[in-house]
Amino acid sequence: MDRRSFLKTTAATATLAAVGLPVAAADPIKIGFIYVGPVGDMGWSYQHDVARREMETALGGKVVTSFIENVPEGPDAERALTQLALEGNQLIFATSFGFMDATVNVAAKFPNVKFEHATGYKRAENLATYDARFYEGRAVQGTIAGRMTKTNKIGYIGSFPIPEVIQGINAAYIHAKKVNPDVEIKVVWAYSWFDPAKEADAAAALIAEGCDFILQHTDSTAPQAKAQEAGTVFTFGQASDMEAFKPSPRISSTIDNWAPYYIKRAQALVDGNWKSEGTWGGIGTGMVGIGEITSAVPAEVKAEAEALIAKISDGSYHPFTGPLKKQDGSDWLAEGKTPEDAELAGLNFFVEGISAEMPK
Amino acid sequence: MITLVKRPMPSRFWSFTTPVLAVIATMIAGGVLFAILGKDPVAAIKVIFYDPLFGPNAAYFRGQLLVKAGPLILIAAGLAVGFRAGIWNIGAEGQYIIGALAGASVALAAFPAESHWLFPAMVVAGALGGWIWGMIPAVLRVLFGTSEILVSLMLVYVAQSFLAWAAFGPLKNPEGYGFPGSRNLQQYPSAHNPELIAGTGMHWGVVAAFVAVIATYVLMSRHIAGFRIRVAGEAPRAARFAGVLPAKLVMFCLGLSGALAGLAGMFEVAGPSGQITDSFNAGYGFTAIIVAFLGRLNAIGILLAGLLMALTYIGGDMAQLMLGLPTAAIQVFQGMLLFFLLGFDLLTQYRLRVGKGSK
Amino acid sequence: MIGGIDIVTLIAALMAASTPVLLAATGELVAEKAGVLNLGVEGMMIVGAVAGFAMAVTTGSPVLGFAGGALAGALLACLFALLTQVFLSNQTATGLALTLFGLGLSALVGKGFEGVRPPPTGKMPFGPLADLPVIGPILFGHDWMVYVSLALVAGVWAFLKYARLGLILRAVGENHDAAHALGYRVIALRCAALAFGGALAGLGGAYLSLVRVPQWTEGMTAGAGWIALAIVVFASWRAERVLIGAYMFGGITALQLQLQAAGYAIPVHFLTMAPYVITVLVLVILSATHRHGAPAAPAALGRSFHASS
Repeated sequence: MDRRSFLKTTAATATLAAVGLPVAAADPIKIGFIYVGPVGDMGWSYQHDVARREMETALGGKVVTSFIENVPEGPDAERALTQLALEGNQLIFATSFGFMDATVNVAAKFPNVKFEHATGYKRAENLATYDARFYEGRAVQGTIAGRMTKTNKIGYIGSFPIPEVIQGINAAYIHAKKVNPDVEIKVVWAYSWFDPAKEADAAAALIAEGCDFILQHTDSTAPQAKAQEAGTVFTFGQASDMEAFKPSPRISSTIDNWAPYYIKRAQALVDGNWKSEGTWGGIGTGMVGIGEITSAVPAEVKAEAEALIAKISDGSYHPFTGPLKKQDGSDWLAEGKTPEDAELAGLNFFVEGISAEMPK
Repeated sequence: MITLVKRPMPSRFWSFTTPVLAVIATMIAGGVLFAILGKDPVAAIKVIFYDPLFGPNAAYFRGQLLVKAGPLILIAAGLAVGFRAGIWNIGAEGQYIIGALAGASVALAAFPAESHWLFPAMVVAGALGGWIWGMIPAVLRVLFGTSEILVSLMLVYVAQSFLAWAAFGPLKNPEGYGFPGSRNLQQYPSAHNPELIAGTGMHWGVVAAFVAVIATYVLMSRHIAGFRIRVAGEAPRAARFAGVLPAKLVMFCLGLSGALAGLAGMFEVAGPSGQITDSFNAGYGFTAIIVAFLGRLNAIGILLAGLLMALTYIGGDMAQLMLGLPTAAIQVFQGMLLFFLLGFDLLTQYRLRVGKGSK
Repeated sequence: MIGGIDIVTLIAALMAASTPVLLAATGELVAEKAGVLNLGVEGMMIVGAVAGFAMAVTTGSPVLGFAGGALAGALLACLFALLTQVFLSNQTATGLALTLFGLGLSALVGKGFEGVRPPPTGKMPFGPLADLPVIGPILFGHDWMVYVSLALVAGVWAFLKYARLGLILRAVGENHDAAHALGYRVIALRCAALAFGGALAGLGGAYLSLVRVPQWTEGMTAGAGWIALAIVVFASWRAERVLIGAYMFGGITALQLQLQAAGYAIPVHFLTMAPYVITVLVLVILSATHRHGAPAAPAALGRSFHASS
């Protein structure tokens, strides 16, 4: 740290931190959130907001929450976080990857305030990170799709070629392949988390290619509608349950369920034992919810999926278990081996058998 | 029957009074909106307009006001010069992006070398990038008579795709675990555009904005070039007789506004924003067009309009936090403010006459 | 099939995909022909999307939904008309403000409609025609709004080319002072053109929320209104070319996704910018060839009119 920014930091801390000191003990503790999208996006930000409300209810009057939605990544995020800290929030959740550096900066200015950043990798004494193992849900989806597909082609709408999405594609493929050696996976990148029109086109393109399963890592229901129109195509809900498309085409879903984590962390704060740590929770911790497997899924497939869920949940099975090779044929994981979390978190290659090329 | 009669000169009285009237009208209409949404209208107006300036944490927010207003003012100051000449650059958003990309590219190419020359080089690159992106519509207009409004707008989309490509490809942080986005220039001392005085929000981009305001003010009111620009806008034919070369004027106006927008992008990416991501451009280029008109295309007016616009953003965030107003309500509120400001401008340019209007 | 791409499916897909922008662009074309540049298309579209959705869900009728979307778009356009035509505000700035306002308003109105399914919009009952090879899916396989949108393009084309009122409209867009001197009511015509443009933008928005997605979510137009503006330019203000432009913009998106699905590694970002680059080239060619003839853009585009005498 150079001298100038050191001075800046200490000065800011001196003037600003005073305002953020703990309030009288009897008052409820304030907890703040910033969202990258509107709470009405029915996807990412909506799920965080649902969890926020559940947390507030669960802690029954011991905490009060507030939020700022639609916060652009960059300086606006830094300001919004500072606003929350200045307003006396004791714990602040920054719920988008793009808020990472802004959260690091603000956390340094407010050492007495606790911060939590979703899906990032930078931590500090007062800055924890949390993320969900969405790939565990993809393993379940891959199993169901591999069993049920008639065309042996599974379509996958990716948002961006980032580790989280690549983990999902690999997990889906590995588990589909396990139950159906002839299966292929086709990948289309939408380069957006949410663009209904483009997602609909992407789904249509995959259906035209003969896919009878569409897995999506984008948040709108447009692919569900396309699948329904096609009639013989199945889908899974993403981020939210997308229950409007039950029982078919949506035959199950992966739900972002942040509530158990938020409740746990808020409770820790109330009890005075909050610590900075990195959490990467999956089905077992409830962070990744698996939505109802509907009647459109044959009973034996459903049973198989549920068995897999149970194995992942109790930790006896890791979706990435060797032997696994990389797409180029080189070795990745030896028989029985599982990857380190650090390696998995930065995953940037497909596994062997996926024919799609990774975008450069 | 009410008729409008154009004033020979814009009314000085009304040009000061209408913004105040517009803000009051917005407060009333916005208050009604907030009341419909079940919020205390007086409290909401106070949180938006008063608290960021004089509330308990005003010291911090006043600085943030500059951070938010800086790029808006810098871009709008350049745009206004062109708008006065009747040259419509509405692609500042694209020039902002390209300027930021150019500036950041220089820094990322030099990384991790530390040098005093790096930041000036980035400034030059940023201005040059925006200038080039602004010169495309200028050259096309001069050579082929192509509408600069439409070309500059189209180039925004091109720039956005280009930005996405850069953020996912060549500028991606090699140590970023596969996530899109460049290295953070805030952590690269030679390239960082820091806060110059702690807690003030003042960075080189804000300084540049003030310089641009003064320079364009002098240009437009004290300099012969400014006179030519105004004549070209108000009486294009007379301008030709007065020896104003339209080609030169087009190149100058688009080049200037492009360079300033590019600078704004570069200062932003090297400073408050820190890194190139596919969405780092928060629509400043478009908002700046509104700012230019709110400021009546006048340098001082733009300064005030930029600060007012920034105030509604910051106050809007506060209103969300304190009162639970949704962002949507803030957007509607901002929209109303703009409508009133734009609509009331009529009184500056025209005289209302009751009864049959004479010439 | 060419290179693993099913051309028939591609064309059928892009026709439906392009309908929202086709409608919005056709509306904007009429407004621009009358000499008004309304950059608020995105705002009008999204207000149409939410109003159409709310109407269809409440009444259970997609027809009423589309009517509601069109009405809402037209109302917003009337606000724009009031400001720019009566209060003589700058069109560029007002249009941008309109988009901001529309995005906010739609989100406010839409609270409570998230996650709801709208009533389905039916296919046109062409019967066995729809099963014909090749032309079946392309010509006879769509919902009825696709045909309405095509009819609207044809109607606008005929109106601008043959109708007396269409001629007057164009005259107003070319030279409002001359049109005024000839006794035409410039302001009234422009307001009408704007309202029509808003109605079509609203219709396009309603198509998004009722057919394309179909659901209401905040910000769901995701920039479609801006594409509509580009298409009008690409089309050089000709209705028949709006159709080509909309299909080209929709087609490139559909094509790049299909190429990906077929396993091609393609430079997505460069394909995404391609239609805009092509639009600029088209503009240049048009301007260059029209140098000494009639210019491509309506001459009075974007200029305020005030009858000074």
